[in-house]
Amino acid sequence: MTDSFVAPTIDWIYLVPILVVLGTGVVGVLVEAFVPARARRTVQVTLALLATAASFATIVLLWRDPAVQGDPATGGTYGVRVLGGSMVIDPFGLAVQGVVVLLAFLAILVIADRTSTGQDAFAPTAAAVPGSPYEDLARRKGIEQTEVYPLVLFAVGGMMIFPATGNLLVMFVALEVLSLPLYVLSAMARRRRLLSQEASFKYFLLGAFASALFVFGVALVYGYAGTVDLAAVFQVLAGGGTPFADMPGLVLTGVLLILAGLLFKVGAAPFHAWTPDVYQGAPTPITGFMAACTKAAAFGALLRVLYVISLGMAQSDPAAQEDLFVALWVVALLTMVIGTAVGAVQTDVKRLLAYSSIAHAGFILVGIIGFSQASLRATVFYLLVYGLATVGSFAVVTLVRETAPAPERALVDATAGVVAPGGESASAPSAPTGGDPVGDDPSPAVPDAGVVLGEATHLAQWAGLGRRSPWLAGAFSLFLLSMAGIPLTAGFIAKFSAFGAAIAGPDTQGGGSTWVLAVVGVLASAVAVFFYVRIIVLMYFTAPAEDAEGVGVTVVRSRGPAAISIAVCAALVLVLGVFPSPVLELAAEAVKFVP
Amino acid sequence: MELTNYVVLATILFTIGATTVLLRRNAIIVFMGVELMLNATNLALVTFARIHGDLTGQVLAFFVMVVAAAEVVVGLAIIVSIFRTRRSASVDDVNLMKS
Repeated sequence: MTDSFVAPTIDWIYLVPILVVLGTGVVGVLVEAFVPARARRTVQVTLALLATAASFATIVLLWRDPAVQGDPATGGTYGVRVLGGSMVIDPFGLAVQGVVVLLAFLAILVIADRTSTGQDAFAPTAAAVPGSPYEDLARRKGIEQTEVYPLVLFAVGGMMIFPATGNLLVMFVALEVLSLPLYVLSAMARRRRLLSQEASFKYFLLGAFASALFVFGVALVYGYAGTVDLAAVFQVLAGGGTPFADMPGLVLTGVLLILAGLLFKVGAAPFHAWTPDVYQGAPTPITGFMAACTKAAAFGALLRVLYVISLGMAQSDPAAQEDLFVALWVVALLTMVIGTAVGAVQTDVKRLLAYSSIAHAGFILVGIIGFSQASLRATVFYLLVYGLATVGSFAVVTLVRETAPAPERALVDATAGVVAPGGESASAPSAPTGGDPVGDDPSPAVPDAGVVLGEATHLAQWAGLGRRSPWLAGAFSLFLLSMAGIPLTAGFIAKFSAFGAAIAGPDTQGGGSTWVLAVVGVLASAVAVFFYVRIIVLMYFTAPAEDAEGVGVTVVRSRGPAAISIAVCAALVLVLGVFPSPVLELAAEAVKFVP
Repeated sequence: MELTNYVVLATILFTIGATTVLLRRNAIIVFMGVELMLNATNLALVTFARIHGDLTGQVLAFFVMVVAAAEVVVGLAIIVSIFRTRRSASVDDVNLMKS
């Protein structure tokens, strides 16, 4: 051995936002082992909130770092490539990271809220068979699964690496780091545990399939370019020089497979099939978290791949670039149509929000296909605005609950809007028959409302919420109006800038026909307004339904954190709707982009 | 022997894996399909590494293996917990939300 080992130089300072989150996740695992059970919850919640807040603070500090933003005096380069491009800390990456961490902070507040029932949204032990004596025992002992918080932090860590890496391998690892905790978290609902397990099962199988597509795409791109570093792939695309450099089909197939993996994560059609089921079955605070943060992270990664590859293709092989955009066109159109058309007939509020999230993925794609500086700016802003409304609205869903007069479980199963599994006794002969197959978990009686059960997700149960709880209904209406894109809410500005970017078209070619997409987007938004306004009408102008067979609806009180989260989301949605320019200017700085 | 034959083989294996995922009903078999897709990827990566004459592809294959192992841990845990509840690992039985 003549060569001695040369240690790589690492610019640790630029990794601090990610390291804080992942490091705290590791500490959280140790907390599970060493901190007494009574104190664990407090410690975990504090750690998780501190970590996300600290991470956000460091992102803010790094934002003005001259190496990141470039020196305006000299017009020098911007962005820092850490570890040879494994992490690319440029304004775009930092902006998406900031959005992810901010939304994660708000989501953790919702996750931590135990409401006036004194129970959080998670099963006492997720490993227990629903309805088993073991589960009953765990519930009576008041066991809590505080592993939720480290799992959330690991997922956030993956989401922060995802949009800020210039290396396809690191992107794949980040994809798994963010997905695996989410699969587990989806299975952990306290109530309706069969639905929750089912959600996790579907999410896992389809997610594993999508990541296999992604990694095969990476292999093909590697075969084409001989490297997985995006900047180097760009060089090969532009200049050639590898054995397969004359085979553009290889890289096109590879990129399409990679995009399929990413579009799965953002829930775009035809890769959306998991979204409604997983959003419905997962614990509601987790749904809010993954709907907002995963989408932001995955769109960040998608933009990075798309820009580098298609700009490279534009230099050597414009036909391949055309094909790439045709595929995206189809996906965007399908996504908008399916999201709004199927969303309009939903009767479950969580499923409805899921289809709304699919439609929003389509609207964001419209902005992206505009393919210009304006579309990057619009995407970052849209992700923030969509995330705020989503975290807030799922937080509201956690507070609207079903009640029963007495813990008569048979009655509850039959009427609570829970799908009673028909083949349950046949397919599970040895399951304890006395247990509650759906795992609905009556919590201690609240004086005026009987026993509080799971969330009242059927739309009919939301009738008259405006009278029952005006503030909550007001906040929910605000989020819905923002998703609908009504002026004076942030959603309007977001949609306006996304569709505006599509109408303006790509700034390299000039013109183009992307305005067609914007027209379809506006039409789809108009249809979507129908189903958002339907809920608002239901909440304010419809009398509450008679309590069918003893199952009523109540609004449980937040113990603080979720209320804070809802208030912050609502305030930001309003402020960004009325005074969007400071944040739009920040987003405009975020278009600086290093492959 | 032409090295590109291995790429073709990898593509065939990947397609078989993807077909397995989409067509088979037993969760374990579906999961094996995913594993086959990942291993086909490894074959492609190693072949390309040989063609390009650099080690990146081989290193990538190790990463894919590690990720596959992590996926097995989480995936089998989820499948087992469903199986303990329902005594069935069929994908078709998991359909409470299709009402």
